[in-house]
Amino acid sequence: MNIHEYQAKEILDKFGVPTPHAEVASTPAEAKEIAYRIGGRVVVKAQVHAGGRGKVGGVKLVDSPEEAEDVAAGLIGSRLVTKQTGANGVPVEKVMIAETLDIKEELYLSIVIDGDVGAPVVMASTEGGMEIEEVAEATPEKIFRVAGDPLIGLTTYHARDIALALEIPAKAVRQATKLITDLYNVFIENDCSLVEINPLIITEDDKVVALDAKINIEDDALFRHPDLAQLRDPNQQDPLEQRADKADLAYVKLEGGRVGCMVNGAGLAMATMDITKAAGADPANFLDIGGSADQDRIEEAFKIIIDDDDVEMILVNLFAGIARSDVVAQGIVAAAKETNATVPMVVAMRGTNAEEGIQILADSGLNITGAPDLAGAAEVLKEKLLELGGSN
Amino acid sequence: MAILVGENTRLLVQGLGRDGSFQANRTREYGTNMVAAVHPGRDGQKFEDEVPYFSTVAKAVEETGANTGVIFVPAPFAMDAIIEQVDAGLELVVCITEGVPVLDMVKVMQYIKDKPTRLIGSNCPGVLSPASKAKVGIVPGNIVQPGNVGVVSRSGTLTYEAIAQLVQHGMGQSTCVGIGGDPVHGTTFTDVLELFQADDETEAIVLIGEIGGIREQLAADYIKEHVTKPVVAAIAGSSAPAGKRMGHAGAIITGKAALASEKNKALEAAGVHVVESPALIGAKMKEVLG
Repeated sequence: MNIHEYQAKEILDKFGVPTPHAEVASTPAEAKEIAYRIGGRVVVKAQVHAGGRGKVGGVKLVDSPEEAEDVAAGLIGSRLVTKQTGANGVPVEKVMIAETLDIKEELYLSIVIDGDVGAPVVMASTEGGMEIEEVAEATPEKIFRVAGDPLIGLTTYHARDIALALEIPAKAVRQATKLITDLYNVFIENDCSLVEINPLIITEDDKVVALDAKINIEDDALFRHPDLAQLRDPNQQDPLEQRADKADLAYVKLEGGRVGCMVNGAGLAMATMDITKAAGADPANFLDIGGSADQDRIEEAFKIIIDDDDVEMILVNLFAGIARSDVVAQGIVAAAKETNATVPMVVAMRGTNAEEGIQILADSGLNITGAPDLAGAAEVLKEKLLELGGSN
Repeated sequence: MAILVGENTRLLVQGLGRDGSFQANRTREYGTNMVAAVHPGRDGQKFEDEVPYFSTVAKAVEETGANTGVIFVPAPFAMDAIIEQVDAGLELVVCITEGVPVLDMVKVMQYIKDKPTRLIGSNCPGVLSPASKAKVGIVPGNIVQPGNVGVVSRSGTLTYEAIAQLVQHGMGQSTCVGIGGDPVHGTTFTDVLELFQADDETEAIVLIGEIGGIREQLAADYIKEHVTKPVVAAIAGSSAPAGKRMGHAGAIITGKAALASEKNKALEAAGVHVVESPALIGAKMKEVLG
């Protein structure tokens, strides 16, 4: 789960990690008031769940409270389109007004779980302000990695090693060591999947400060963090993904695809997207209906696919183990009739009660072409796409 | 000889709620020797009037000689169940539960490091060996067929897909192993490859990977050095966008190594028969085995 920068800052504050003085505003008038309070030059930052906002005007330096008000007025209520969002962008409902600091050095610090190490790993680099992926690609030797111990945590000497690798000035090493340790605790105690400080800065007076903060909380651990679960901002999500979340469906909207995919199982769902692409069309979504979906959930899954304006055809691929094909078929038919859906469907059904499921679909009068298996589905889909025309 | 499970499997099932009970019944129908059920508060009762219930794993192991455990308990309690089964000395523990917090799995992996127990999962379909009728997990018993192809996969439904394709082309399976879709998991591709390479019953191997992590690359390294049996591989997720979790917690493109194309490249370099589409696994294996 993503949270906003201002929410991440609140968590950092609670754990003693130094951040610039900043407050969040929901109106231009509030922005002006905060800028006035902070005084001097401030930065106005759009609060959105998407990276790359700086490049599209989502982060602006201003010299006066009036200017802060103007910039906030332009941002609040607008939609920001960055390289990480779809063409619709994400809504800006709040801006953060932060003090500016005199920066001597920009560094990079993050913590993620490394599945292959089986532990949280701190990544540090002197190349602050750049995307870590670019650093990893161009100069991998500039990334310093230290794994925390699952039972002991991150030892102070390891934190100091990181501070030294970051070439922190001698008189700030102690403070940096504490910051790194505190940040590790933020990660562990909040069940994070990502804590990223980019940039971590050294000020002209040798203080180490987290200038920006990105925190993701692991969805699977939210049950033990009811306070963090409340930070979810559904408005930042794609509306279809939001509906899928409510229905407990694993769904990801894919930009510009035209074949909606309805599948059970994450692996098979990915494979179904892959064969769709190979058949000549981009998949419109990832969807795993799961093993134990009842008819209501199937109906909602189908409606989510139908309500995606990009969808021109649907590929249903079911290999039912725990799931029951007849229940899925009934759900599809009910939802299709309710929505008067005429979109052509290619359906492969195997496993538990597959014959019953196929019969229900055959009797439904819907525009359905059957396929025997995954390879067959790919072939049928290809033919149907040719009939349909168009491209991508 | 199958790997991991077999005629000597004495199965303990922990967590007999709706899904656990359903799966325990399928397991017994298939012919697997389920000797104990563990569920709080049902001590002294019997599952389906036949299999004794226990409140603790230790007691169940002591009284029934169970040597293999399968876990269906809800995600918040999965770490505890794994540790309880490890402490009771089970040889093999299979955790089916999906949605176990990754930091719990991090602790589990550290805890079991020097213990004799082997863990499979979490978030996996488990293990099935058709010849010995040993089913530990949720792989449907009606789709498999005894034979000589070993199957190992990160995905449940793609395991079934591969099995169905093998059967369609007239090939049975020695053992099918789902290692699970979580980023931190017990038994790895490399571990299973080692077991298949040493297994007399296994003549060829199907490996199904997906985007995320570097475990397929590690498997490729191992195959290059140690595996002489033919391997057919497919990687799911070539059409997935970067940075978005595709259902499985571990299926997310976070860097170059996580891409399907990089994994395919590594496996091809190790002499693996990589198929472009997961739909071609069976046909390719048929071609390889002649």
